Amino acid sequence: MARQRTAGRRKKEQSEYFFDYSLLFIVLFLLGFGLVMIYSASSYAAFQSYQDQAYYLKRQLVAVILGLVAMIVVANIPYHFWERFAFPGYLVSMAIIPLVLTPLGVKSHGARRWIEIPGVGFNLQPAEVAKLGMILFLATMVCKMGKSVRTMKGFLFMVALPMPVVAEVYLITKNLSSAIIILGISILMVFVASPDYKKFVIMGAVVVSAALLFIYLAVSGSGVLGFRSGRIQAWLHPESDYLGVGFQTLQGLYAIGSGGVWGKGLGQSMQKLSFLPEAQNDMIFSIICEELGLFGAIAIILMFIMLLWRMMVIANNAPDLFGAMLVVGVMGHIAIQAILNIAVVTNTMPNTGISLPFISYGGSSVMFLLAEVGLVLSVAKRIQLKEL
Amino acid sequence: MLTDNNKIFHRKKILILFLAFVGMFSVLFGRLIYLCVWRADYYADKATQLHERERSIKAARGRILDRNGKVLADNRTVCTVSVIHNQIRDPEGVIRMLCGELELSEEYVRARVEKYTSMERIKSNVPKEVGDRIREYDLPGVKVDEDYKRYYPYGELASKVLGFTGGDNQGIIGLEVIYEEYLKGTPGNILTVTDAAGIEVETAGERRQEPVAGNDLVISMDMNIQAYATQLASQAMAAKEADSVSILVMNPQNGEMLAMVNVPEFDLNDPYTLPEGTPETLTAEERQNLLNGIWRNGCINDTYEPGSTFKIITAAAGLEEGVVTPESTFHCPGYIMVDDRRIRCHKIAGHGSQDFVHATMNSCNPVFITVGLKLGVENYYRYFEQFGLKQKTGIDLPGEAGTIMHKKEDMGNVELATVSFGQSFQITPIQLITTAASIVNGGHRITPHFALQTLNQEGEALQTFTYPVRDGIVSDQTSATMREILRMVVAEGSGKNGAVEGFSVGGKTATSQTLPRGSGRYIASFVGFAPAEDPQVMALAIVNNPQGIYYGGQVAAPIVRQLFENILPYLGIKEYNQENEQN
Repeated sequence: MARQRTAGRRKKEQSEYFFDYSLLFIVLFLLGFGLVMIYSASSYAAFQSYQDQAYYLKRQLVAVILGLVAMIVVANIPYHFWERFAFPGYLVSMAIIPLVLTPLGVKSHGARRWIEIPGVGFNLQPAEVAKLGMILFLATMVCKMGKSVRTMKGFLFMVALPMPVVAEVYLITKNLSSAIIILGISILMVFVASPDYKKFVIMGAVVVSAALLFIYLAVSGSGVLGFRSGRIQAWLHPESDYLGVGFQTLQGLYAIGSGGVWGKGLGQSMQKLSFLPEAQNDMIFSIICEELGLFGAIAIILMFIMLLWRMMVIANNAPDLFGAMLVVGVMGHIAIQAILNIAVVTNTMPNTGISLPFISYGGSSVMFLLAEVGLVLSVAKRIQLKEL
Repeated sequence: MLTDNNKIFHRKKILILFLAFVGMFSVLFGRLIYLCVWRADYYADKATQLHERERSIKAARGRILDRNGKVLADNRTVCTVSVIHNQIRDPEGVIRMLCGELELSEEYVRARVEKYTSMERIKSNVPKEVGDRIREYDLPGVKVDEDYKRYYPYGELASKVLGFTGGDNQGIIGLEVIYEEYLKGTPGNILTVTDAAGIEVETAGERRQEPVAGNDLVISMDMNIQAYATQLASQAMAAKEADSVSILVMNPQNGEMLAMVNVPEFDLNDPYTLPEGTPETLTAEERQNLLNGIWRNGCINDTYEPGSTFKIITAAAGLEEGVVTPESTFHCPGYIMVDDRRIRCHKIAGHGSQDFVHATMNSCNPVFITVGLKLGVENYYRYFEQFGLKQKTGIDLPGEAGTIMHKKEDMGNVELATVSFGQSFQITPIQLITTAASIVNGGHRITPHFALQTLNQEGEALQTFTYPVRDGIVSDQTSATMREILRMVVAEGSGKNGAVEGFSVGGKTATSQTLPRGSGRYIASFVGFAPAEDPQVMALAIVNNPQGIYYGGQVAAPIVRQLFENILPYLGIKEYNQENEQN
């Protein structure tokens, strides 16, 4: 698609290319809303711990600004530039995950999932790097393989590619949710790349059966499942495990339920007063429900749906398959995290730590998400308006 | 454009993906509606319970009123001082202030201030003025809650009957214990919104669940009679250097207690202070035993040998069974032989020949032994039970003692003989007056009692108490005869010191030697009632271990006389000559 242009023509042609302001607006809205909610949810706990109500807000604000800079930079670089980093990116992902076990690793919330970047003061979550790396890598591989993706061999190859990273994330950082997300993103990308349905239906059926078997084993109390069995029990009967795993779930439900339809009003949450652990983090959606009610929650869900819709439009109109696959990967990433987060908070599925994209507190997450949005915007910029 | 290089199926799959995401969001949307609409109240309630801390508000305890509405037990506003650990900013200042104002040891206050609890009570029943002062310091984490403390306007009056309350306003002894359920009310709550660490959320305000005050209790006691009887008892105790003096005043028709005095009484507003001169070195147990002794209601909790007053029972049983009539004649040589035992009369020279009425007037032991022996163990025991002497009276006071009596199978003639004139067994004073009242009131075994009814805050009656009455324990005829004989005892016999000018009074004296015999300790007593023909009031005076003269007729009868001189006109009982004039 790269064409030679003179400087004069470029300016004229620029307006013929597409810039997705709707997508940008939605992302900015979610970021702004997220900052407000982080401040609301965390100010009390922040003051208790750091004597600074804006402690978490400030940290998140820095990450958001850095992320926006990254987004703008990435959006202005033609996305094919990144193709050459696909394989190195994959290797880097593989390489930095084990770093959490070295002295660079940082332990927080009882798990080693972060590595310290010396001199910056921010901790990086390698799993976030791996998500972006996987999207780039798989998009590149889909293009490289061409039609051979459609064969059984090609399919299996594509499914096998993310497995080493998934295994690393799960086994080394003990981060089941990130592993599921990376795997999910990969499967969705393969799904789009392949014209076949049957394999995916079978795959879906296997996953559902496995999940049901898992639940059955947990409920029957056979003990093979270890602590994850407790999570299932806490999911089905949060009240019965009030002081254990069910505590956070139940506190989240209290928040959601007490918000009702219209909510208590911004800043009026009771549950954020140290009752609900991780109020500004994984559980922020329940504080949104408590303060803004069903109304606010639906508004956020609608924003996510619009975000995904914009990405679908961009993917469908992408200049080439590589661009489309990149957008599908980002779309899958955001959708999986948003859906799983809300599902956890509403106790629709067992509790596992997943943050809400753009809104939850977490520097690595928001920076990499914004970089991914930059990629999407970059793809969008290559869409010629006349072809729309 | 995608159509150039990408196949249509890519677009279709991306659309499917998007629709799948929308579908999943819809499921979550439904779940949210369920949680926020259907389950909202459930979770909101649970959350509220979690967020609120309760501070209870004491309910005002019901008052105790005498039969004329005079307040015998009242409430005063006092304060409870507590600390909330998490809200204290200046622990040292708080400790210093509380030590100073509440006069507590620093060690005690420090332990409570530094204890990690949501709320720790420092002291209750703090006077309102002190509570107000503490509130004015306005130190964070110090709470002053107002509540009520029992207050007894008459101090020592009827202390052992009314009883008092403890730190939580719960009854400890007396009527306060028995009627706890009616008096105590329902405590309220102050609900304060707190964070997870228990720190109050200042903007959230408080929610109050108002306490429900207890019901007032109206008792049959007449404060004036009680006060006068207390005065008489105190005088008698001082004059006779007695250990204690008890006076019971009862309406013999229905068992209503008008007064119950046990001097020495104690101060209900300060029940835990031991008398002066008590050694400081007592252990907690010794201290408690001493207090229990001070709080003991001798009329109810202690038994004694009734002595000659019990001849009323022997006489009634003998008359009822027909083994004796008022006209029966007896001879008293100064003693009587029972089996191989020689039992003396108090008059060593003997009373000579006399009829039964005069034998009673003389309180002649051999005559009553003869009557008892004529009845026989079987009959005597039957009457003993019929009169209700084997059971407790059922008075509405705690800790009534039971009768200590020979077993029927262990009773020989000697035992029967001694029981006949009131020795070798023990009953409570309340049992004696109740049984005597039941014999002279026409044979109705009444239940002595204090509580009449409960009132609500507006003074309307809520519950009127009723008490069992057992009719026919003696016939009307026997009852009338007994009244006449006992009138004679006071008019012309050993009870003449109980006579009241212008009124017909019936009664019987007793002088019983306490065990062990020969110790020189006596109990002088007199039971009297008026008017003798239709008893409206009955009184029993018991002087425990009087010095000098110890005869019931000389020690106890004058107490009842003085009491009757004052209370008979007060109760509106007419003098007989007034009645005669009207007739």
